[in-house]
Amino acid sequence: MIYLDHNASSPLRPEVLQAMQPFFSERYGNPSSVHAAGRACRQGIDEARRRLAELIGVHDSQIVFTSGGTEANNLAIFSQAARHAFHGHLLVSAIEHPSVLQCCTLLQRLGIQISRIPVDANGVINPDELLGHLRSDTILVAVMQANNETGVLQPIETIAAQCRQKGIPLLCDAVQSFGKVAIPFAEWQLSLLSLSAHKLGGPKGAGALVVDKSLSIEPLLAGGGQERGRRSGTENVPAIVGFGVAAHLAAEQRQEMTSRWRGWQAQLEQQLQTALPELQIAGQASERLANTSALLLPGLHGETLVMSLDLEGIAISSGSACGSGRSRPSPVMLEMGYDPELASSMVRVSMGWNNTQEEMERFTKSLIKGIKRLLHW
Amino acid sequence: MKKPIYMDYQATTPMDPRVLEEMLPWFVEKFGNPASRSHAYGWEAEQAVEKAREQVAALIHADPREIVFTSGATESNNLAIQGVARFYQDKGRHIITPVTEHKAVLDTCRHLEAEGFSVTYLPVQTDGLIDLTALEAAMTPETILVSVMAGNNEIGVVQPLQAIGQLCRQKKVMFHCDAAQGAGKIAIDVESMQIDLLSLSGHKLYGPKGIGALYVRRRPRVRLKPIQHGGGHERGMRSGTLPTPLLVAFGKACAIAADEMVAENQRLLALRQRLLDGICSRLTHVNVNGSLVHRLAGNLNLSFGFVEGESMMMAIKDVAVSSGSACTSASLEPSYVLRALGVSEEQAHTSIRFGLGRFTTEEEVDFTANLVVEAVNRLREMSPLWEMVQEGIDIASIQWSGHH
Amino acid sequence: MAYNDKVLDHYENPRNVGSLDKNDPQVGTGMVGAPACGDVMKLQIRVDEQGVISDAKFKTFGCGSAIASSSLVTEWLKGKSLDEALSIKNQQIADELALPPVKIHCSVLAEDAIKTAISDYRSKQKGVDAP
Repeated sequence: MIYLDHNASSPLRPEVLQAMQPFFSERYGNPSSVHAAGRACRQGIDEARRRLAELIGVHDSQIVFTSGGTEANNLAIFSQAARHAFHGHLLVSAIEHPSVLQCCTLLQRLGIQISRIPVDANGVINPDELLGHLRSDTILVAVMQANNETGVLQPIETIAAQCRQKGIPLLCDAVQSFGKVAIPFAEWQLSLLSLSAHKLGGPKGAGALVVDKSLSIEPLLAGGGQERGRRSGTENVPAIVGFGVAAHLAAEQRQEMTSRWRGWQAQLEQQLQTALPELQIAGQASERLANTSALLLPGLHGETLVMSLDLEGIAISSGSACGSGRSRPSPVMLEMGYDPELASSMVRVSMGWNNTQEEMERFTKSLIKGIKRLLHW
Repeated sequence: MKKPIYMDYQATTPMDPRVLEEMLPWFVEKFGNPASRSHAYGWEAEQAVEKAREQVAALIHADPREIVFTSGATESNNLAIQGVARFYQDKGRHIITPVTEHKAVLDTCRHLEAEGFSVTYLPVQTDGLIDLTALEAAMTPETILVSVMAGNNEIGVVQPLQAIGQLCRQKKVMFHCDAAQGAGKIAIDVESMQIDLLSLSGHKLYGPKGIGALYVRRRPRVRLKPIQHGGGHERGMRSGTLPTPLLVAFGKACAIAADEMVAENQRLLALRQRLLDGICSRLTHVNVNGSLVHRLAGNLNLSFGFVEGESMMMAIKDVAVSSGSACTSASLEPSYVLRALGVSEEQAHTSIRFGLGRFTTEEEVDFTANLVVEAVNRLREMSPLWEMVQEGIDIASIQWSGHH
Repeated sequence: MAYNDKVLDHYENPRNVGSLDKNDPQVGTGMVGAPACGDVMKLQIRVDEQGVISDAKFKTFGCGSAIASSSLVTEWLKGKSLDEALSIKNQQIADELALPPVKIHCSVLAEDAIKTAISDYRSKQKGVDAP
């Protein structure tokens, strides 16, 4: 099996599982308990928190562990909305993850005005345009660092500076980019940052919201007051421990991985475009994550290609793997200006920590063959 | 016998090795995102999730389609109460819940109060049970939800779910039950008990942390406003990637609980009696907090007169127990649950919760009983209060210099 | 809660647990705290003719830090004059035992116990001196 769907979920790194295992067996206490069994768990969480904080240059207390990226985004947005009594204006990029966009849809019904910043044909937001949309009653700006489908990176540093100048908090969804590119939280003066463990070789069930010290958080979940009252519920200790280790490993190997992926990405895209001259790569002209390629080809149906490759033991995806498996043209592609038919042809290849040169070569051949067969060449 | 001995099964339970064994492969060989419908990894994961859903449903006699997976019971409680309140607020804005509920329920209610809902915090009787006539009396035409836990986390008291369900159905009020502590420990049947929403936790029944579920009745249909929005997972009621390994493990844990509950309860009841006898036969001034009859088999909450709880925990540090709820962690406030039973603040400070469970042995119980007796005797020798009692002084008659 | 070694030592091997005769004019007794608050300390001192504390005993109902605080002060009190004893501050106790912030009140209670015991002794002495 060749797995090239890491942007949906990355397999767990063996070192991560190894670090988690004691917390499934002998270190099983409740981290809120004061006895030794509880403290052994608390230590695991503290260590993970310290590692994450160090990686993005924040204080430990700024990390709020959640059940994942979706919860982190929900927490950030609802907290800001609640703090402003569900009044005001919220600015989001049009290509945000559904966990951001659906919050906006709901908030709109509750009385918050929403503006969506479009992206250009390369999938990038124009910071000047964003600046023009800021209002005196804007309570939050939400822009992802890297898009899950195209891997295109947004000019977060510039946007953050603009928001900071206006005193408006910026939520940066870094679920896809964390561990793949640098995120200097303090240096960029971010306000809110969402992270997830399972996209970088950590376990599902852990994520985090990083919060600027000046910002208070209204919890989504009420209860025992864990995470300094910002997220109640017994902490998912093994997953949090795994998150810390996975993030640490990803950071340690970032340069090596990036150069490896960059080479494969160039090779793949070049060979595809040579064999299939009509093939397009979404966001090719933009700064992108090295592991992601979004491919479009007239006449192709993305999902059919994915299924035919699956029969050969290759896993890629046709758009983001969220929700109930609906098949429709990728909204991100539509936002980038592709017509619905071309948008429906999109398939995403996303590499991860455990892919090999040999896999990439076999994959490229199978992909070209598969496409040609489907197009009756 | 391995030390320290774990006797804090209401705080969390160790994972059953059978559950761990079922779970681990899902971390390594099978890592698909269950929402990825287009490749085999995703399909396999989806099948596993559906099997888990069936196993969870079976434990409470529900339909698998009525199970919504969450990150844990705190989220389930929040989702149930906030979700129902927000969906049905046009019908009424009144909620009833006992004062002894878990913080996840009480705090959620407090949040709703801030939004204009009214909440009746129902007192409990000295044995910890709610009074059904008081519950009925508290109901108004505005009442949309009653939330009562199955088993209490501190004192293990089991509420009369069947009677509550019947009353709620008759009054056309929805019934939510926080069964984080009860599920897998007592028989729960959402049909016969007429429960509309029920919260479950993985790590309280020998499954993993980070996973839970909410049962949401389909007939008559109960509707909710979600609190976590995103990819539209879990039929739109709860978005976010499902951690397949945790779901698989949760399912297995429920299946084991369903199979072994009856035998396990018998064993635990015998162990609890042994612990209680071992302690009470050798010590005076020991009180059981909460009903001993309507109680989870694995819970014993005792007050040791004139011995402060935290120093007691230190004295028996080879046994992991808790003094008050673990969720309130290092808080120095005496337990609100015990206070609600009419237990004095003084007695609340002397309470220790012993949580027995699947891996507790007779040997551990005997060791604990001996240690407790020894510790209480030693600490009483050190206690000025005990000295006064021996001298025949009535402690209640003394004017204390408060240090609140 | 992880306890510091000194707290553990005093808790496991408490010094000077016991009682002195509270009716003895040379003995001062200080009882502070309240059961409802979770700690009660009884501290007793015996003062010799030179006004030096020759013996000190305690009994405490409370957490490990409360027990350690009272045990520690009984050690410190012996051999001190009353004025020296009165100069013992809660901060010294907290520092010696490395008490965490949530346990500082234990050291406050111990300081109060010293003051109350000395004042009890002095009021008894006044009664004795007055013919």
